[in-house]
Amino acid sequence: MAKTPLYGLMAEFETPEQVIKAAQRSRDEGYRRMDAYTPFAVEGLPEIVMSSHDKIPLPAFVLCGGLTGTCTGLLLEWYPNVVGYPLNIGGKPYFSWPSFIPIMFELTILFSALTAVFGMILLNDLPKPYHPVFNAPRFDLASRDRFFLCIEARDPKFNLERTKDFMAGLNPIDVTEVES
Amino acid sequence: MDPVENDKLTTTAVVETDEVLAPGQTYRSVSDRVSDMVLTWPVGIRWLAGLAMALTLLFILNIALGWVFTIGVGVWGINIPVGWGFAITNFVWWIGIGHAGTLISAFLLLMRQKWRTSINRFAEAMTIFAVACAGLFPLAHMGRPWLFFWLLPYPDTMGVWPQFRSPLVWDVFAVSTYLTVSLVFWYVGLLPDLGTLRDRAKKRVTKMIYGIVALGWRGSAEHWSRYETCSLLLAGLATPLVVSVHTVVSFDFTIAVLPGWHSTIFPPYFVAGAIYSGFAMVLTLAIPLRKYYHLEGFITMKHLDFMGKVMLATGLVVAYSYVMEAFMSFYSGNTYDRYMMMNRMTGPYAKVFWTLIFCNLVGPQVLWISKIRRNPWALFVISLVVQAGMWLERFVIIVTSLHRDFIPSSWGMFYPTRWDYMTFLGTLGLFFTLFYLFIRFLPMIAIHELRDLVHKTEHEKAAAAH
Repeated sequence: MAKTPLYGLMAEFETPEQVIKAAQRSRDEGYRRMDAYTPFAVEGLPEIVMSSHDKIPLPAFVLCGGLTGTCTGLLLEWYPNVVGYPLNIGGKPYFSWPSFIPIMFELTILFSALTAVFGMILLNDLPKPYHPVFNAPRFDLASRDRFFLCIEARDPKFNLERTKDFMAGLNPIDVTEVES
Repeated sequence: MDPVENDKLTTTAVVETDEVLAPGQTYRSVSDRVSDMVLTWPVGIRWLAGLAMALTLLFILNIALGWVFTIGVGVWGINIPVGWGFAITNFVWWIGIGHAGTLISAFLLLMRQKWRTSINRFAEAMTIFAVACAGLFPLAHMGRPWLFFWLLPYPDTMGVWPQFRSPLVWDVFAVSTYLTVSLVFWYVGLLPDLGTLRDRAKKRVTKMIYGIVALGWRGSAEHWSRYETCSLLLAGLATPLVVSVHTVVSFDFTIAVLPGWHSTIFPPYFVAGAIYSGFAMVLTLAIPLRKYYHLEGFITMKHLDFMGKVMLATGLVVAYSYVMEAFMSFYSGNTYDRYMMMNRMTGPYAKVFWTLIFCNLVGPQVLWISKIRRNPWALFVISLVVQAGMWLERFVIIVTSLHRDFIPSSWGMFYPTRWDYMTFLGTLGLFFTLFYLFIRFLPMIAIHELRDLVHKTEHEKAAAAH
């Protein structure tokens, strides 16, 4: 029977403090390709497990999205009122920009919000119904009350025996192999 | 609603707590308690009966809207001069109710208020359903609803465009934005919980459905980091949105020159009124939910107390607005403004006006008393009174200014017809149908935020012990 390639080694912990310590020790040991899986956002953990930052962080996208919204609103209101179908209402200016502000504001918020949401989902590489970590035993507890740390086999320092021993030394509930 | 046998929280006596979360909770207990309500609890007779009533009202809405689209808006009591009756009253009332949900989700997140955790999920759901109900009215109240798309800016063959300088068009953008942003904010909050439901579901079909909408969420720390950024950004965006949407709605009135409408106090007055009626609706929903689903450990006395205080505070702002309106009418020396105020107080709709003053101004003053704020049934009654009062307020603003404006020869009266009542009750049916479905199929409390709350509470206890 052919063995499926290994994705990595998974250690299971009971508290967020344990997984933070374990992640820090793994980082100190030199491991870079790892990730932690927790049922809620644990403060400080992403900085430890992430080896690289997004080239363009989410807030930058959101700012661009918002400015796009503002410009869209402005253009949307400018064109009909100045070029397309200008209405002479008591000699008032065609480019009555104060009255354009509410729609510009709403579109800014709309575009920013949609950018934030879709940006977050896409930067997270979601939707991704299948991921190797779902093969880890008891991984469904990651969305309940357990905290997992996974060191990927892709990591240059990864060695099945040595990494397994190292992870056992982090005092987890269990260390298991994760198939791809 | 029959609770599961081995559920500690329901087999022991109800112990009311003043903490934000009942003591003794663990990550597992909060996760299981909330997800069990969706996955394992049997559908009870109460839920079925409630859904049946809501569906009946929804059916009535169907008939009422069908009638109005077939025959025309003349089936309502509107006429000249009162061109706006129940439809716009209901629109403003429903949008106002929606604002509290966003305030709880967004503003209280920015203010780092822990007490928002147990209530924000169903409050945000309430917002979405309320805005959905509100959105029906601008469509239904049009004389030619088949031309609704003329409100949207598209390049047409006639060479004309919507009037971008009009608050009625601003409303289109504001309400659409509000609905969209509330929906995505709610969905983002739901993502990790959908993961929990996917992981705990036993049946394959259930697992697949939750799995699809969970988008493969696995709780990766990297993902959580972007998730938290996204949530904070959305909260920061939604807070000014709340203020702007009801401000734009208030502008629907302020742009007119009618006495009683053409008033600069309207934007803050309406926003405060919206939060007032919104929190009242949150209480109307929270109190039966906590009783029938035994959630006293999650929606605690502290939540009821705080919500009561917010209602009182916004009620006082609304009261101030009433007093200022009355004062400015007389102080202005403007005959028409003075008459408008006198007409409200002594004219044909005086009974409605004084009921409204009682419901919004006088009644809720009992909330100063701490015992009342901690009595669920007193709060429930007050919340209904406030909601009725806020509906009457919108009615009074719209109808009293329209039915008697500048020239007596234009004066008229507005009498609602059965179709007016049916449409309004029908929207209650739509709202409650959606809400009943929500509590059946989705976690009504934000599970991942509860776990975070358990974690923070543990930390505080540990820190206090040193």
